[in-house]
Amino acid sequence: MSLLIDNLHASLENGTEILKGVTLEIPAGEIHAIMGPNGSGKSTLSKVIAGHQAYIPTAGKILMDGADISEMSIDERSRAGIFLAFQYPNEVPGVSNANFIRAALQARLPKGEEIDAVAYYKHLYAQMDLLEMDRKFTGRAVNEGFSGGEKKRNEILQMIMLDPKYCILDETDSGLDIDALKIVAKGVNAMRSENRGMLLITHYQRLLDYIKPDRVHVMADGQIVKSGGPELALELEAKGYDFLKEPALA
Amino acid sequence: MTSTLPAWFTARQESAKARYESIPTPKRGDEQWRFANIKQLKFEGLSGVVKDTDTSEIIARSTGLQSPAAKFVFLNDEVISTASSLPENVICLPLAEALEKYSELVEAHFMKQETRLGSAKYAALHQASVKNGLFVHVPDGVEVEGSIEIHHWLSGETTVFPHTLIVTGKSSEVRVIEIFRSTDDTTPGLSIAYKDLYAGPNSGLDYIAIQELNEVSRMIAIKETSTDRDARSKSFILNTGASWARNESLSRLEAPGAHSDMLSVSIPDHEQEYDQRTFQHHVSPNTNSDLLYKNTLYGHSKTVFSGLISVDEKAHHTDAYQTCRNLFMSDDCEANSMPGLEINADQVACSHGSTSAQIADEEIFYLQARGIAPDQARQLIARGYSVEAVMRLKNEETEALILKFIDEKFARIATAGS
Repeated sequence: MSLLIDNLHASLENGTEILKGVTLEIPAGEIHAIMGPNGSGKSTLSKVIAGHQAYIPTAGKILMDGADISEMSIDERSRAGIFLAFQYPNEVPGVSNANFIRAALQARLPKGEEIDAVAYYKHLYAQMDLLEMDRKFTGRAVNEGFSGGEKKRNEILQMIMLDPKYCILDETDSGLDIDALKIVAKGVNAMRSENRGMLLITHYQRLLDYIKPDRVHVMADGQIVKSGGPELALELEAKGYDFLKEPALA
Repeated sequence: MTSTLPAWFTARQESAKARYESIPTPKRGDEQWRFANIKQLKFEGLSGVVKDTDTSEIIARSTGLQSPAAKFVFLNDEVISTASSLPENVICLPLAEALEKYSELVEAHFMKQETRLGSAKYAALHQASVKNGLFVHVPDGVEVEGSIEIHHWLSGETTVFPHTLIVTGKSSEVRVIEIFRSTDDTTPGLSIAYKDLYAGPNSGLDYIAIQELNEVSRMIAIKETSTDRDARSKSFILNTGASWARNESLSRLEAPGAHSDMLSVSIPDHEQEYDQRTFQHHVSPNTNSDLLYKNTLYGHSKTVFSGLISVDEKAHHTDAYQTCRNLFMSDDCEANSMPGLEINADQVACSHGSTSAQIADEEIFYLQARGIAPDQARQLIARGYSVEAVMRLKNEETEALILKFIDEKFARIATAGS
């Protein structure tokens, strides 16, 4: 059981290649981190896994538990178990958080089957308590007028509620103060499970103080250039990305 | 109408008839009918044939709030059902009855304002032809709990002239909800409605109109609101039905402290056209008005919004806002917006704006990434877009009722695969 990214290439519509052969396997039960400088393709990788249409996959495969999801639409991938926590979550005016998450859960049910409202709210409130979110939050429009920290917490709440098999967190730590970071980390750690794989995309070692990764990968110029244990993150923090400038070993 | 009509009323009907005949039919090029589909004003085609309608069935279909404070059902301007649990001193009667019993009170308020937004001819036709409607008079200090609900059913190839006259006394409160519907989906009818709203000093008057006529019928709705010292008037118009609907809404801020909210949600599909003309008239200093119109256009539909904020010479310290937003859900729809300002006073805060947009791909991506299919994602975003205006009513029960009509419209759009 794993999320396997196999020699993935992706380009923009204008032909600019962003991902130049990414290979990465995240086994269920593990947390992996991807670090790397700005423009290395980290966020693009997360979007391509989610199925974003602005990027055209030109080669390679994405296998989830052995099944190729490359041809699936964005929403099909989500329902199949991929979750992307956005770096910049969108606002959805006029749609309450409670209704939004409910619509996402409803989309996972067979036609004609309805979500049990009482059980839903009970579950939602329990997860909100874990993330120290005020109850008023359910009635607020999705991400509208939210602080950066609230938006990120909201992403984690959605992630917990949708119970995905593989989570990709795109710079969830950016814009968070230390208290918010701890709460977000608590949510992510609560999701740790032997049935679930997670990929953290981050610039900073700081996040990894709170969420211990099993593996750390370094991405540069559209490829994974180095992989290692948690100590690699510390090394990067100490040396910067410059030491990666030596050519990567194939 | 019966022979007991007051003399003033019949005299005014006579002069209105003459006025109707003397005012020329609006034509292409008239400023107040810019972008309008003038062809829609050809009313001669209706046969006048009215089918027998089972009134008990219509009454059963007249669902609205769980427990309204009063409920009136009209079928082609005839009262077919009334129910009321209003306080005794609140007058809430069919207009025909009110003209007999409270002639002076009706006369003091009935169609006193000049129709300035283009439909003077049709206001005159309404006055000459009006048979019924509802008269609501709330005495000083009375806060009506719950809402007064009016159902207007249009049946057969005919024209109706529903009239609504609401007067709130000093420091009183009332909310009136009107729902306009057709008895079937295929018979074209015409409704020329007129609403007279008077919010007395320090009172609160909420008026909600839900227009869900069948898609072969037409409607002209003229609304004149007068808001007195420290009073708060709030109006909301929902358009989901009719092939063509013209809404003319004029709000006069008569005395210091007056506040007027003008809200509207329209969701046209197919070839539906909604023509909206508004006028925020600040007569007195220290008044404010806030207008928000939201249109969500599907299919080949079309909207016209023409809004004017007018601040009179002495109306200093006016706060006036006007926003019209259009959301395009197809490539074939059309929205025309003409916002305007006319300021003749000092120390005034006014803004007006109009936007038209489609849902951005990134917004759809976010919802899709949560497992929601693209069509449903678009629907959810479009619904949220309307909800923003509905929420301004700040009354849960009313909001829920309006959302029910909005959701039914979205369901019809989804089924039709527009």
